[in-house]
Amino acid sequence: MEQKKKIYLLAIVLMVFVILFIGIGLNSKNWEYALSRRIPKIIGIILTGSSIAFSSIVFQTITNNRILTPSVLGLDSLYIFMQTFIVFVFGSNAIFSTNPRLNFILAAGFMVLFSIILFRLLFKGENKNIFFLILFGMIIGTFFQSLSSFMQFIIDPNEFLVVQNRMFASFNNMNTSILYIALIGKLLTLIYTYRFLPNLDVLSLGRDSAINLGVDYDYVVRNMLIVVAILVSISTALVGPITFLGLLVVNIARGLIKSYKHKYLVPASMLISSITLVGGQFIAERVMNFKTPISVVINFVGGIYFIYLLLREVEM
Amino acid sequence: MKAKYLVVILIILSIASIFVGVKDISFSDIYHLNYEEIEIIFLSRIPRLISIVVAGAGMSVSGLIMQQLTQNRFASPTTAGTIDSARFGILVSVILFPTESTITKMLISFIFALGGTFIFMEVLKRVKFKNAVIIPLVGIMLGNVIDSITTFLAYRYDLMQNISSWLQGNFSMIMKGRYELLYISLPLLIIAFLYSNKFTIAGMGEDFSINLGLNYEFVVNLGVSIVALISSIVVITAGRIPFLGLIVPNIVSMYLGDNLRKNLWPTAFFGAIFLLACDILSRLIIYPYEISIGLTVGVIGSFIFLYLLIRRHK
Repeated sequence: MEQKKKIYLLAIVLMVFVILFIGIGLNSKNWEYALSRRIPKIIGIILTGSSIAFSSIVFQTITNNRILTPSVLGLDSLYIFMQTFIVFVFGSNAIFSTNPRLNFILAAGFMVLFSIILFRLLFKGENKNIFFLILFGMIIGTFFQSLSSFMQFIIDPNEFLVVQNRMFASFNNMNTSILYIALIGKLLTLIYTYRFLPNLDVLSLGRDSAINLGVDYDYVVRNMLIVVAILVSISTALVGPITFLGLLVVNIARGLIKSYKHKYLVPASMLISSITLVGGQFIAERVMNFKTPISVVINFVGGIYFIYLLLREVEM
Repeated sequence: MKAKYLVVILIILSIASIFVGVKDISFSDIYHLNYEEIEIIFLSRIPRLISIVVAGAGMSVSGLIMQQLTQNRFASPTTAGTIDSARFGILVSVILFPTESTITKMLISFIFALGGTFIFMEVLKRVKFKNAVIIPLVGIMLGNVIDSITTFLAYRYDLMQNISSWLQGNFSMIMKGRYELLYISLPLLIIAFLYSNKFTIAGMGEDFSINLGLNYEFVVNLGVSIVALISSIVVITAGRIPFLGLIVPNIVSMYLGDNLRKNLWPTAFFGAIFLLACDILSRLIIYPYEISIGLTVGVIGSFIFLYLLIRRHK
């Protein structure tokens, strides 16, 4: 009961921010235009925020670790690499490059495939050192990033600029053309994951205990990994990579909810994440007049928090 | 991998580098060059060559010193926040003293690089359990945090475009009169060589080296200062070249072992060769355009780093 109250409270806070974001500055003359801009934007932000939180919490549970998130492991750079790779292979005039929806679907498909391979590679066998995994992930992130920019350079520069503007998003240049596809994808994964939530609760006890308690470990992990890959594709396609958001909000959610049950943890972290982004974007746009992109602030706070977590982990 | 062969390879690559470019100057024309060609060679090609050789050697040796001082294979100016701090320093100098000379900007950048590296060393002291991977991890994170402050300020002062030119290393803008600062790193390399044995001792830890009669603090400060100075000079003249200081010393020590004094010159040569090869590659791959060298080194460098990491982990 207590947990439910907290979640309702978070939902109310989010509603307030959404109303503020949409409502402020509307008048009888501009409402039509303003709404047509703001509503897709707010849907995009909430979609991104909740996807990041959702994927992070699922990922932390299946890897049994509270420092790892998909973006710390470089998965969002992998998505951007996939996008670039498609343009690179099919050329920047092909339908897969110029149609953002097709590009998204194809890139997300590749992404599912490759993240499963990557996961197999990294987590196979006995317990791997967690710091090794993080370092590996960060470098693999850099690797894919530079490889993507490298490919973007090699393709005819003028032609590529056109594609780049349409495909590679940021908060102020949100990729709204794939909004509906992303929304459908998100809803489907949510419904799909729902029946796995009790399994995830058991999985947080660790691999051996979960198998002992009768969970089909490999099956659950593989399915959850597909979900994570789709979610990462959605959030990265909409606004681009934000490394530390997932880490921050999931840890706040765990602190707030104090329960192992994913049926509370997942909605709470999705709400907190959406509140952070909507509130942050509201402040960035209206109070600071676009002077600071919020992803910078998130990476600053997140980076310091991450160092703190690392040092604390080490001392234990 | 003897120093002799490295020198030969370096010379061959250097000659190749002079004759690669948009303006076609072929090797056989060397005795009857016209005025324009001579000008191109002396104003653009040779300065570019020299700056790459010096930057490559300097960054690799900085990495070697860092690795020796921290006793960690994965330490380097890229993974210790040094380069990011140097970039931060440039931004601060552009905001506060926009009209000052490059030397002033370099000095400010140097002070920041020094500060950043010392913060890193300080954090390292706090870490009791020195896992081989946690040290670079903390350094990379520290670099990220400093980087986000830089981006924040750059947005505030509308300097984003200005600062992004320091984001990726690029030697295409190097011309006569723009690279001479790099020469400062040559005496630094010699000092590094003279102190190489002391760096080795300092790497064994504070207590141990004081026991052996070494002025520990002085030697560590000297090492860190050399690294910070070379990094800030390279960032100012050419930009950020990732991973160079990390992978070159590692590859050299795979063949030559861990003796710092013995490895110093091969590392310097190999660093120059590696950077020069990357530069030639990035000039040829989309000829007549060119890819920024930071990208080429980023792709090759992160790939080799991943390989080293996996190999070491097994």
